[in-house]
Amino acid sequence: MEDLIFNLFIFVLASFVGFELITKVPPTLHTPLMSGANAISGITLIGALIIAGGTESVYAQWIGFAAIIFATINVVGGFMVTDRMLEMFKKKED
Amino acid sequence: MSQFLPEFLQSYIPNTIQLIYLIATGFFIVGIKRLGSPATARNGNQLASFGMLLGVVVTLFDREIVSFEFIIAGLVIGSLLGAIAAKKVQMTAMPELVAVFNGFGGGASALVAWGEFSRVSPDLFDTQALVTTGLSILIGSITFTGSLVAFGKLKGFINGGRIALPGQNYINLILTFIALALVGWFAYDPNYEVIFWALFALALLIGLFTVLPIGGADMPVVISLLNSYSGIAASMAGFVLGNNLLIISGALVGAAGLILTNIMCKAMNRNLASVLFSSFGGDDGGAAAVTGDRSVQQTTADDVAIQCSYAKKVVIAPGYGLAVAQAQHVLKEVASLLEEKGVTVKYGIHPVAGRMPGHMNVLLAEADVPYDQLYDMDQINSEFSSTDVVLIIGANDVVNPAAKTTADSPIYGMPILNVDEAKRTIVFKRSMSPGYAGIDNDLFYQDKNQMFFGDAKKSLQELATAIKELD
Repeated sequence: MEDLIFNLFIFVLASFVGFELITKVPPTLHTPLMSGANAISGITLIGALIIAGGTESVYAQWIGFAAIIFATINVVGGFMVTDRMLEMFKKKED
Repeated sequence: MSQFLPEFLQSYIPNTIQLIYLIATGFFIVGIKRLGSPATARNGNQLASFGMLLGVVVTLFDREIVSFEFIIAGLVIGSLLGAIAAKKVQMTAMPELVAVFNGFGGGASALVAWGEFSRVSPDLFDTQALVTTGLSILIGSITFTGSLVAFGKLKGFINGGRIALPGQNYINLILTFIALALVGWFAYDPNYEVIFWALFALALLIGLFTVLPIGGADMPVVISLLNSYSGIAASMAGFVLGNNLLIISGALVGAAGLILTNIMCKAMNRNLASVLFSSFGGDDGGAAAVTGDRSVQQTTADDVAIQCSYAKKVVIAPGYGLAVAQAQHVLKEVASLLEEKGVTVKYGIHPVAGRMPGHMNVLLAEADVPYDQLYDMDQINSEFSSTDVVLIIGANDVVNPAAKTTADSPIYGMPILNVDEAKRTIVFKRSMSPGYAGIDNDLFYQDKNQMFFGDAKKSLQELATAIKELD
């Protein structure tokens, strides 16, 4: 039970941080923000690594393997495409 | 990988991993913060991706990880697929890509919870882990199938209109309650496998049923909401594994998605409930166009060229039609020609121009339009009264004065670009057909408005030629 309470504290505080950080983003950047945030949600990759790397059950490893592929597509694709978009945002040259 | 480290370092590993997770969290927070301004955004994204790299590398030292075949194969396959998709995608197809990436993220979280559950004996799971496993599978699976349907609708694989059973809203509501009850039952009796599978299947079905009825026009709101779900699913997976990095990052993304969803709803004058439970948008077109016999003024490239060249200030109001016609680059050329003549050119961007918030900015950035020429709706609306000519290109509903004047219009109350305050408006349009909302636009019939019919790209090319010939 103590774990749960501790984790809930972290969850709620992190949500507040998220709200505060994101309300200040100008509309120009909403698409890259959505795609960048989306890439961060691929953090679940870390969980997938732990599951695919254990040897308790081959069945679980296969599930972890699928999870790694899914999450890596999300992470690598997400960060790369966000970078591609942001690379194009330029100030007027003068 | 911890087995490769010398003996005396072994005992430091768990705490070191946690400390590096803390640093990775810092990179995410600073990264998102820096994504908030155009000048620092690229760096922000790079910081966030570095945080991710840090998290992944340090996790490989976790003592639970002893076998690497699956990990290496998975990382290689996933990176290749992700990189190819990110390199190949057209900027106009960005909403689809975000949808599909998002679906994979949500799916991964559901798989992580399933994997952990099948790896560890259920008796070792406490109630917290069981409830969050159930929630992770529920939310992750809804995100997965929901995002794939959104992808299909945007791509046109699935009909963009309403696809629903009779009483779909009630069915969805009941299914959601059943799913939540199953989460409870699963936590109470985790050894009864049928419950686990029923929950999984039902969650996948809810994702389908929730997004299928939603019209194509509302899809960006849905993607934004699903983006939030995928964050929450990752956070729940973090509860299952007791991993702070997952809990925090997931919560950050969950909050981001909610804020964006809210912004989009406001911009489209929709509330979330009506997006999720009704069918406006797409080719449903419930409100029929009443065109009548009113007449419009037509104009030509030469005439538009003269009007713009002798104007002091020209504002361009682009819409998704511009992107469909791939006319961003020609538009930029026209704007540069006018600037050479000393005309002030600004772009007025409606929040939902394009197909997701900020999409139009990306499309114009691709055509090398500097971002300090792009003005948000609130900034530009105060300037229309001092504007000589507004060029409206491929936009319709976002400049429709009915949103301010006609109380029974489906778009009534939606904030619009007040282009009718300018001295002259010129609408570039293929035909008189109505926009997404399926309603007629009074602006077209006003005395100070002129219509320039034709494909946006071709019309702008003619305009560019006409401006050059004026010299």
